[in-house]
Amino acid sequence: MAARHIAPDTPELRERWGKFAFDAETKAKADWHIAKYPEGRQKSATMPLLDLAQRQVGRETDTQGWLPLPVIEYVAAFLDQPVIRVLEVATFYTMYNLEPVGKFHVQVCGTTPCMLRGSDDIIAACKKRGMKSGHVSDDGLWSFTEVECMGNCATAPMVQINDDNYEDLTAERLDAVLDALAKGETPKAGTQEPGRRTSEPANALSSLKEMVTENHDYRGEW
Amino acid sequence: MLEDKDRIFTNVYGFQPWKLDAARMRGDWDDTKGLLAKSQDDIIEEIKASGLRGRGGAGFPTGMKWSFMPKESKDGRPSFLVINADESEPGSCKDREIIRHDPHKLIEGALCAGYAMRARAAYIYIRGEYIREAEVLQAAIDEAYEAGLIGNNASGTGYDFDVFMHRGAGAYICGEETAMIESLEGKKGQPRLKPPFPAGAGLYGCPTTVNNVESIAVVPTILRRGAAWFSSFGRENNKGTKLFQISGHVNKPCVVEEAMSITFEELIEKHCGGIRGGWDNLLAVIPGGSSVPLVPAEQIRHAIMDFDGLKELGSGLGTAGVIVMDKSTDIVRAISRLSYFYKHESCGQCTPCREGTGWMWRVMTRLEKGDAELEEIDMLYQVTKQVEGHTICALGDAAAWPIQGLLKHFRPEIERRINERHAAMQEAAE
Amino acid sequence: MPKVTVDGQEIEVPAGATVLQACELAGKEIPRFCYHERLSIAGNCRMCLVEVKPGPPKPQASCALPATEGQEIRTDSEMVKTAREGVMEFLLINHPLDCPICDQGGECDLQDQSVAYGRGASRYHENKRAVTEKTMGPLIKTIMTRCIHCTRCVRFSEEIAGVDEIGALYRGEDMQITTYLEQAAKHELSANVIDLCPVGALTSRPYAYEARPWELKKTMGIDVSDAVGSNIRIDSRGREVLRVLPRINDDVNEEWISDKARYQVDGLTRRRLDKVWIRKRGKLVEASWDEAFKAIAKAKPGKSIAAVAGDMLDCETMFAAKALLKASGSSLIESRQTGMDYDVSNLAAVNFNSGFAGIEEADAILIVGSNVRWEAPLVNVRLRKAAKRGAKVFIVGPAWEPTYPATFLGDDVSVLSKLPKDVSAALKAAKKPAIILGGGGFAAGAHAASVKIAHDFGMVKDGWNGFNALHMAAARMGALMLGFAQVGGIADIAKAKPKVLLALGADEVDFTKFADSLKVYIGHHGDKGAHAADIILPAAAYTEKPGTYVNTEGRVQRGDKAVFAPGDAREDWTILRALADALGVDVGFDSFHELRAAMFADAPALADEGSIADYGALATSVKGNAAPKGTIPAPIKDFYLTNPIARASAVMQQCSNELLLGEAMAEAAE
Ligand SMILES: Cc1cc2nc3c(=O)[nH]c(=O)nc-3n(C[C@H](O)[C@H](O)[C@H](O)COP(=O)(O)O)c2cc1C
Ligand code: SF4
Ligand code: FES
Repeated sequence: MAARHIAPDTPELRERWGKFAFDAETKAKADWHIAKYPEGRQKSATMPLLDLAQRQVGRETDTQGWLPLPVIEYVAAFLDQPVIRVLEVATFYTMYNLEPVGKFHVQVCGTTPCMLRGSDDIIAACKKRGMKSGHVSDDGLWSFTEVECMGNCATAPMVQINDDNYEDLTAERLDAVLDALAKGETPKAGTQEPGRRTSEPANALSSLKEMVTENHDYRGEW
Repeated sequence: MLEDKDRIFTNVYGFQPWKLDAARMRGDWDDTKGLLAKSQDDIIEEIKASGLRGRGGAGFPTGMKWSFMPKESKDGRPSFLVINADESEPGSCKDREIIRHDPHKLIEGALCAGYAMRARAAYIYIRGEYIREAEVLQAAIDEAYEAGLIGNNASGTGYDFDVFMHRGAGAYICGEETAMIESLEGKKGQPRLKPPFPAGAGLYGCPTTVNNVESIAVVPTILRRGAAWFSSFGRENNKGTKLFQISGHVNKPCVVEEAMSITFEELIEKHCGGIRGGWDNLLAVIPGGSSVPLVPAEQIRHAIMDFDGLKELGSGLGTAGVIVMDKSTDIVRAISRLSYFYKHESCGQCTPCREGTGWMWRVMTRLEKGDAELEEIDMLYQVTKQVEGHTICALGDAAAWPIQGLLKHFRPEIERRINERHAAMQEAAE
Repeated sequence: MPKVTVDGQEIEVPAGATVLQACELAGKEIPRFCYHERLSIAGNCRMCLVEVKPGPPKPQASCALPATEGQEIRTDSEMVKTAREGVMEFLLINHPLDCPICDQGGECDLQDQSVAYGRGASRYHENKRAVTEKTMGPLIKTIMTRCIHCTRCVRFSEEIAGVDEIGALYRGEDMQITTYLEQAAKHELSANVIDLCPVGALTSRPYAYEARPWELKKTMGIDVSDAVGSNIRIDSRGREVLRVLPRINDDVNEEWISDKARYQVDGLTRRRLDKVWIRKRGKLVEASWDEAFKAIAKAKPGKSIAAVAGDMLDCETMFAAKALLKASGSSLIESRQTGMDYDVSNLAAVNFNSGFAGIEEADAILIVGSNVRWEAPLVNVRLRKAAKRGAKVFIVGPAWEPTYPATFLGDDVSVLSKLPKDVSAALKAAKKPAIILGGGGFAAGAHAASVKIAHDFGMVKDGWNGFNALHMAAARMGALMLGFAQVGGIADIAKAKPKVLLALGADEVDFTKFADSLKVYIGHHGDKGAHAADIILPAAAYTEKPGTYVNTEGRVQRGDKAVFAPGDAREDWTILRALADALGVDVGFDSFHELRAAMFADAPALADEGSIADYGALATSVKGNAAPKGTIPAPIKDFYLTNPIARASAVMQQCSNELLLGEAMAEAAE
């Protein structure tokens, strides 16, 4: 629920990011994205390129990544677009981080379906570990945002940390995930409910039982 | 209960791999060329006959929508299919399961639908937060290209058809079809004025149809099994099978494909292990995703879960995102949290939504604690009416309706909180 | 032509009209904030809601809805009334209550419409939103808390100015209008957003807290800062011009003016010549009118008298001078101060023949030596429209930043006699090809070559004349119509060694060529002309006298007198009339009225206000080199400081320093 702000344009920011350029990997991906759109419509690639840029910044800073102004300017120039138009896009969509974030950006869904299943506890657990909105923890590991519905309502409550979701959380399960991440481990993503695979009724499958063990072809029964 | 053989999304839980070879074994991409041997108009007729209505929330008849697309390009402009995989409506989590577990149904559907509406390509706009889902979808698209299923001479049909994926970046409003088109063009997702409608001037000014993931993914199966099969499920005007998503206070929240017009009780009992604490513990249900008004317990139990059945109850089927609330729920807070969502997601373009969503949310937060005057309940209702029907897109309506539902069914609860707080203040003052 | 009914009244509306326009045609006022005739339709304020049948059972935004046959439109129903009240309330809940200290007061759409359509008392009990302050440079004062997000300013800069610099950041109720990194708005039309802003979010910085609209006297005028002849309104109080605003004239400036036209006016009260001065032993000393006239008479010019007209002169002043010289037996009159001597025997060959509105229809345009953005910003707006409609634009001359796609062909004028293949192919293929010959082109001797190109590429045909001269001096076309041109230009005048040289607001003349002449400067600013003068007679600026001006399209327009000239300064024609007496000659008029009558007799086209003078067909060729060589110069070095008024203006100085020099310095520092 944090209000978004553009990180100020300081000499230090220019110093650090003024020479930003896509590395070979990003550049190749950028060209691939641009090619998806018709001739002369390269503006369509604004969103994927901002994402690529944020990810490259992430690699360079060992964080989830964010978009310093010079990087936004670079993307605008890359696409031959006025920078104000690209900045509009960067500020409109919430997944573009306008300020530095931690190595792990912990995004807890707080919308009603998750709230009904206990997201208050999840948020409290994060707070207890010192996380707060718009703030990177001192060790650089954590930043926190309460976000809107993530489309995991049947496996609520949930958290998205960088590229993975952790679902069916309790405060303890969340702690386990965060502890594992802090240790450099890769905790299992998805539902944390024992015995549950994804969004089926947990441990009480009501349909498609054949699918559990084999790739069943129902066409024979049509 | 729907039999498994009549389920379209047989891998909806992802027990089996999503990959092309596994999907083929389940029947996807089976003689797609044969499906497309029919003329475009015949396919559209078949879809019309199936009774399929859009699964994105508004329930517009899918075949009819396709028939609005031009039969030939008069000025050389291509047509486009845009597939709405933005799924950001609170309570909705079905398209995610299709995308990550049955992506080939969607891609094959894109080809069939694209062919029928004479589109040159499909853009699948997937919400940015579906990161892993997007990885799967892109990999599936790559597989389909490699196998010659899409691209030039797609599936050997002689028809050239591309499928591209475009990721969003965190904006519910991009689920609105014209905002989605703006976003695809690299801009802020601000809905466009209509007319012109997308079928006339949509993506890049070209004729465009926007359809929900589920609407498209069911198409190949309908074509294979025939309109009569699909329309054998559900009541008149409410045909077919449907993915329901049940969240909140049921014992086993889940996503499940069922026949349309199933009763609420059957849906919950069969698939969700019942209401937490039993039926007596049920307070209210939001049956179609956060944008529809809630239905109180006594009315929902035997409700028929389809477009008309829920409309009769003053609510709607929406995305069939069923949010169940038991008596432990702070109902005012539950709705207030939705008001915050709409305030957060308003694009800010038009006055009533930009100003109204914030106002409504602020009043709602006070009502949570009873920190208000009784007259403000009516005022809040009037504000919802000032937003509803006055905005560019339906987000304004979506923000108004949940509050209207709350005021309609839980006014005494709100009054109680206000009176109690007043009494407490009085006491403190004395 | 669809027929619709508006509140029961049936009317026919033009095809393509919107419901809002239909309502206006029916005489119904439709409130609006975001809608603006000259901008794309945004439909975002929702103030213009009306009830329309057939259609959904909810109010429709009339600005965005096409009027179609058989529509029943209601602007007076309960639904419409409630809708307007609702929108009005939403607009006000987060609007600050600072009307008493807001400069928009008295001309605020929000204020007016809330009185007309609002519901009175506020029901909003939450905290009002505060938006952090933004800066937009020396001209635009911002108080963004007042912004109602109509996006007119964003659309203006993107669509009309062609400079994408204003945007709406963030979203929802946090949406904020700003320039990138709050940089100053940096183009020649930037201040038009002040007029467009319906509330007090963007107001005029130089005019801040100067006055309230009801205290002002409003006078219709013509801008003289370039040769476009923008229609302006001069707002004054007492003897002071407080501000200049555009007047609508679709043929000329549409609804816009340049920042210079708007903001040079503070220069009208600075460095003014408000006394008579005579040079005695090298020093200027104050004198009386009588002494000055005597001093001139003492020089006994007889017919050895010449007059050079400056760039901002009205036709009346020039005609009075011409009459004075004629009565003295002289025809030594010239207006091209810097020495140009292009052929003026055919005025069609020195005129912007397609007209400003016409150039929008051109489909291939060759610009020869003109930085159109600086020399005629409002013509550049038209060129942008042409380019948006698909016109190909080629530019010969020093590089500048056009606001549309254009190909630069270098600054060597010789390219005109061997145009690259793609250029000639584009011109040949065009239905309405055009050439624009600017000041730099004239200076580089490209006149004859340009006329030749016009003919070679079929730019002159039935219903289309694509040969266009783009002048920079407001006085130019009027001067040429009155004969202020010698075959050899000002060199001819220097050669004649006149005993007396009248410099009429002429500040760009090389006065060293007139070392032996008695130089009498008649003008209003202590600029270059006054510094070189032997006698200074203080005259009136364009806001201080009625006058006729002919713009570069040959359009005759008139402005009125807004204020009195300061101090001892007088209207120019009266000075020349008095000088005639001093010299003992008879000019044939005693009043301004008689002067005008005599002028109309001399140049009848000048009587025809608002029309374009008929200069006949374009000559098949003009005198001059058809294959010129050399580099095209850039005549304007600094957009903000092109004339004596602008050079005296603190605001223009500031713009020059912050917007042009500042940028140059920043670049140099890198
Ligand atoms: C604010 C808003 C959000 C929407 N979000 C979605 C969405 O996430 N997914 C979706 O399919 N439709 C969404 N819609 C509905 C679409 O505008 C559109 O009706 C739908 O994609 C059409 O597909 P269908 O005909 O297949 O249902 C949304 C509409 C609004 C007004
Ligand atoms: S209703 Fe809301 S989301 Fe829709 S256009 Fe208006 S401001 Fe944007
Ligand atoms: S004038 Fe129509 S919505 Fe603003």
